[in-house]
Amino acid sequence: MDQSGPASGGAQTRPFLKLFTAPAVIVAAVFAISMLAILQFSVRAHIPGSLDVGGFTLANFAAMARPLYAWVFIDTVWLCLLTAILSLIFGYPLAYALVRSKSLFVKSFILIVTVTPLFLGEVVRTYSWTVVLGNNGFINSVLRQTGIIEQPIQLLFTVTGVTIALVHVSLPVVVVMLAAAIAHIDPAYEKAAESLGAGPVRVFLTVTLPLSGPGIVAGMTTAFAWTFSAFATPQLVGGGKVNMVSNLVYTLGFANFNFPFAAALCVAGLALTYVAIAAMRLTLRPIEKVGVH
Amino acid sequence: MAQPVSQRLLGLTGKFLVVAVLGFIILPAFVVTIAAFNDKAILAFPPKEFSLRWFQNAINYRDFRLGFENGVIVMLATSIIALVVGSAFAYVIDRYRFRGRNVIEGLLLAPLVVPHFTVGLGMLIFAAQIGMTRTYTVVIVCQVILVLPFVLRSVYISLRNLDHRLELAAASLGAKPWRVLLTVTLPLLTPGLVSGWLFAAILSFNEFTAALFVTAQRTQTLPVAMYNYVREYADPTMAALSVIFIVVTATLLALANAFLGLGKVLNVEQAR
Repeated sequence: MDQSGPASGGAQTRPFLKLFTAPAVIVAAVFAISMLAILQFSVRAHIPGSLDVGGFTLANFAAMARPLYAWVFIDTVWLCLLTAILSLIFGYPLAYALVRSKSLFVKSFILIVTVTPLFLGEVVRTYSWTVVLGNNGFINSVLRQTGIIEQPIQLLFTVTGVTIALVHVSLPVVVVMLAAAIAHIDPAYEKAAESLGAGPVRVFLTVTLPLSGPGIVAGMTTAFAWTFSAFATPQLVGGGKVNMVSNLVYTLGFANFNFPFAAALCVAGLALTYVAIAAMRLTLRPIEKVGVH
Repeated sequence: MAQPVSQRLLGLTGKFLVVAVLGFIILPAFVVTIAAFNDKAILAFPPKEFSLRWFQNAINYRDFRLGFENGVIVMLATSIIALVVGSAFAYVIDRYRFRGRNVIEGLLLAPLVVPHFTVGLGMLIFAAQIGMTRTYTVVIVCQVILVLPFVLRSVYISLRNLDHRLELAAASLGAKPWRVLLTVTLPLLTPGLVSGWLFAAILSFNEFTAALFVTAQRTQTLPVAMYNYVREYADPTMAALSVIFIVVTATLLALANAFLGLGKVLNVEQAR
């Protein structure tokens, strides 16, 4: 959104500029203030048993170095990365089919199936996964009745279960972002490669895949950020056995009423998210550049 | 002309992959539907008897009713405010360059990256500082912040696709800016505006994490009520409600796709 439209020529006649910007400024300001409120709380001391905060301190950030908390951060980043990579691998074929399928019905079907979970919200989706993964759930019932297993496989409350549910949460947005990138590839490039004798695999690997670079980067970074944001999924599917930063923030805030520490965790989490996204962009830079023509 | 075997094999593998991933996306919805119609309180597959009792339970459960009412209030307010704020701002960033444009845009798009629990906690602390916790206002403002990027994006894409010559033609015939806006620009933007509003409405009705932080007992929305239910009870009432959610959401999106062309709004249509 960095280009100005054709109407921007006459600087003296810019109808609606102030009127249309003012409401956005108010919302942006409220958001900025709430972020500053977190920042301010993160450097205040917690007074046990009180909702008021004490004086300036950096103890909240120092406390995060304790293994108990440090490990939650490490686990969270690992889960986010894993989810982003798996969503990319599984999302690509779907995005490709969504854009390139010749049948309108297939396109619409893929679009609705993909986009519906995006709008469903975390609670419905996570609850559904507990029904699929539970010891008396769908997978274990089917496996037991077909005689493949006798004892249920523990899927709920495991990292595997949480990862499956997290991939399900971030897959749709990755598909939409990949599809947007694939849709903007000029088919002439692929035709050119084909006419020069490249087979379909070669065309895909040397033309389509590199040209969808911006979508890969956008999809991976968004999947990372959305997974970091997930709360109900690790809470219900992880059942306290798999904890992410989000669960820690909620527990500290609403079980311990230690809002300064919860705020500090948010600040650290946000910083970590931006660092991780920057690192991913840097790593993926070669492919992101190819896509810009 | 017949394709070489290797190419056909490749096509088949691709199709299989697509079907497998679609199956993975649908699986939980499919399973939860079976569970919802199962007569027994304990999940069993396949169910022996079917019944609608869990649907009755879900509809009659007091907290769900309250959550639904709160959700509708919050959804209506959120989606209308977000639509007005978002489309107005999409209009100015589409047309003008001005000081602070990137800062405002950056702040408004930030909730795509900032975790919902962080936005929720920030709004809770801010609301506490100005003495507004437990009000609908804080819930609505929080939801507006969260859904605004989606409105902004869908209206912005529509604006990009708009033929400016139509506006210029109206202006050259003497129409004042307001008249051009109301009689030319807005009607042409209808698909983008409707889908932007719909995205905002569905997302705010279904949003959970931030709502958990900023809602109180009196203002809790449906997803929060559902979360509290799941933590206390394990019967399929939640499955029944999930089925209703899935069916309503999918139907709304299918209608939006049929009438507005979701592919265009989401920018995933092949350029011709």
